[in-house]
Amino acid sequence: MYTTDQYEGMVAETVAIRGDNGDRVLAYCARPMGAGPFPGMVLIHHMPGWDEWYREATRRFAHHGYVTISPNLYERFGHGSPDDVAAAVRADGGVPDDQAVADLEASMQYLRALPYVNGKVGVFGTCSGGRHAVLAASRVSGFDAVVDCWGGGVVMPADQITPQRPVAPIDYTADLDSPVLGLFGAEDHSPTTDDVAIHEEALKKHGKEFEFHMYEGAGHGFFYYHRPSYRQAQAVDGWEKIWTFLDQKLSG
Amino acid sequence: MCTMISQKAIVEGFGRGTDGWFDMNQANVSWDHPFHSPEEHALNIDFVNESYGPGARVAVELSVEGARQLVETIQAVLGEAEDRGLIGEERAG
Repeated sequence: MYTTDQYEGMVAETVAIRGDNGDRVLAYCARPMGAGPFPGMVLIHHMPGWDEWYREATRRFAHHGYVTISPNLYERFGHGSPDDVAAAVRADGGVPDDQAVADLEASMQYLRALPYVNGKVGVFGTCSGGRHAVLAASRVSGFDAVVDCWGGGVVMPADQITPQRPVAPIDYTADLDSPVLGLFGAEDHSPTTDDVAIHEEALKKHGKEFEFHMYEGAGHGFFYYHRPSYRQAQAVDGWEKIWTFLDQKLSG
Repeated sequence: MCTMISQKAIVEGFGRGTDGWFDMNQANVSWDHPFHSPEEHALNIDFVNESYGPGARVAVELSVEGARQLVETIQAVLGEAEDRGLIGEERAG
């Protein structure tokens, strides 16, 4: 817990990693100053892009003691305003799952190579990023905790399978080897409460460690203070659950 | 990307983006998360020319009612112009 007599410093900057196919991928990285060792976090931006909210979230995780990296999963679509880049990705039906997973694995390995990381790395994502968090932790070893915030498309009907998204993340549940914290809004359309229930059943069936919280009076994106979807009480409670969960799973 | 409901149409014309007018060649139509509209989903149309990069974009985010009205209005205007023999005149010279 932060106390007022404590020294606090932070380094936050754009860095670059080699992602899928050896491509250069920009990432925003924030870390507490000091020798550490600190746990690591990979933050996966939402459909609206690698935007200001994710920069703030990256610094927020650093403030809470995590070396945090947020890669630009839309790198291959060129650069411009986050809205313009995300619009191009939206038109293409999203980025390919294989590419996203490889970029996220590279981000995780970037953290693991740092001398001030304690060897534990979690992953957090919202919206499409929540789906990517579940997917990456299921397909790649090395994630020690997953925070899925309203990730739509974990459960996918057959008619939603596309070349970019050829397998529903829920179908990889048997391979998931890290605990999951899921935060959802009861009024969300993607994922619906039924989708969340199906995911929950799959996790139970495969004996996975998880805790899901369904917030009444909240829909999609209830952390986003700049959108009408923001729900203050639910957001505050959700953040508290995240810090508690990560402290339990990632402390050295 | 949360809904994955997106289609592209070849639409030739000109659009005025943040850097002025540009020749556009495509309309990307989706029912998905908007960037500015307060709704969770909107009917989004991006008029673009991908060869100029992501910034060559004219964007609108419409309500369902607004989008349907727009379709009807476009059809009505084109129909009236056709009835008056005005469509095709430009090409003919």
